[in-house]
Amino acid sequence: MSRIVFLEERCKGCRLCMEACPAQIIRPAGRFNRQGYEVMETEGRCTGCASCALMCPDTAIRVFRDKSGGKTA
Amino acid sequence: MQDATSDERLRPGAGEELVFDATPTLAHKPTHYCPGCHHGIAHRLVSEVLDELGLAERAILVASVGCSAFSYDYFNVDAVESPHGRACAVATGIRRARPESIVFTYQGDGDMAAIGLAESVHAANRGENITAVFINNTVYGMTGGQMAPTTLLGQKTTTTPLGRHLLGEGGPIHMSEIMGGLAGVAYAERCALDSVKHIRQAKKALRTAFSCQMQGLGFSFVELLAGCPTNWHLDPLKANRRISEEMIPVFPLGVFRDVREERKQSEVQA
Repeated sequence: MSRIVFLEERCKGCRLCMEACPAQIIRPAGRFNRQGYEVMETEGRCTGCASCALMCPDTAIRVFRDKSGGKTA
Repeated sequence: MQDATSDERLRPGAGEELVFDATPTLAHKPTHYCPGCHHGIAHRLVSEVLDELGLAERAILVASVGCSAFSYDYFNVDAVESPHGRACAVATGIRRARPESIVFTYQGDGDMAAIGLAESVHAANRGENITAVFINNTVYGMTGGQMAPTTLLGQKTTTTPLGRHLLGEGGPIHMSEIMGGLAGVAYAERCALDSVKHIRQAKKALRTAFSCQMQGLGFSFVELLAGCPTNWHLDPLKANRRISEEMIPVFPLGVFRDVREERKQSEVQA
């Protein structure tokens, strides 16, 4: 399964990734980083489309795609 | 900061490939921009294009005044900070003195469309071989939300508390249309940064603008409609919606000048 990783100390909690995700698997984590911004977490099946990372103004998302299944994994 | 080397999750595991990460030209430090500000997206797109075209080593950024004043901190390229509005004039000098370099300005709407309108328009009209990245968020961001030349009619700002009125303050200035009408401009396009689709298009426009400069075709201009949640008094998601609902109808997206297309057509006719 593909996955995304949040670089939590870069996150500013704007939630643009949440709206950009076509699979709607991103949600607020209820935790806060050192700057006091609420960070995000994922729950569900990531397709590795990288929409969230394209939308993120702070480059706080790294995307890893499953090679075996490609985009539709 | 998290240490990328010590965290297993930040590296690709078995059967995985890294498909998205920060590009080397984008400095890996957190920006001073507000949450949801689109400057970060614009920085990333410019950096990615410079890396993909292999221009980072000979690129020179001319930074402006406004929220983008610190943009020299976020690009790993050589940079010159210009006086307010004069980025295109400074870029002209650099490009003429060092013709082998790739020179681009990064300016906001207060900088380029207000105080620096003369410098920008004349640099474009002379066909200076530079690229201008113009961020249009319809407001003066850094100084606290005053009216910009691009402010929409009816929009409330700290200097137009009753909303901008056509007979009192004039209408929003359309920079891409102005630039597209000038003889020296090789490429002028307006894009938005509010959705994934528009962001992909914006990157394509930036790539075209830089390749026009590489080919020496003249002034290339990319306007990016961006959000300013802080001064619009909206949350980042509502600010994004405002771009598509209120800004794009006033500032239509599209290509306003492309000399490569014009040349192609004249070749076909000839």
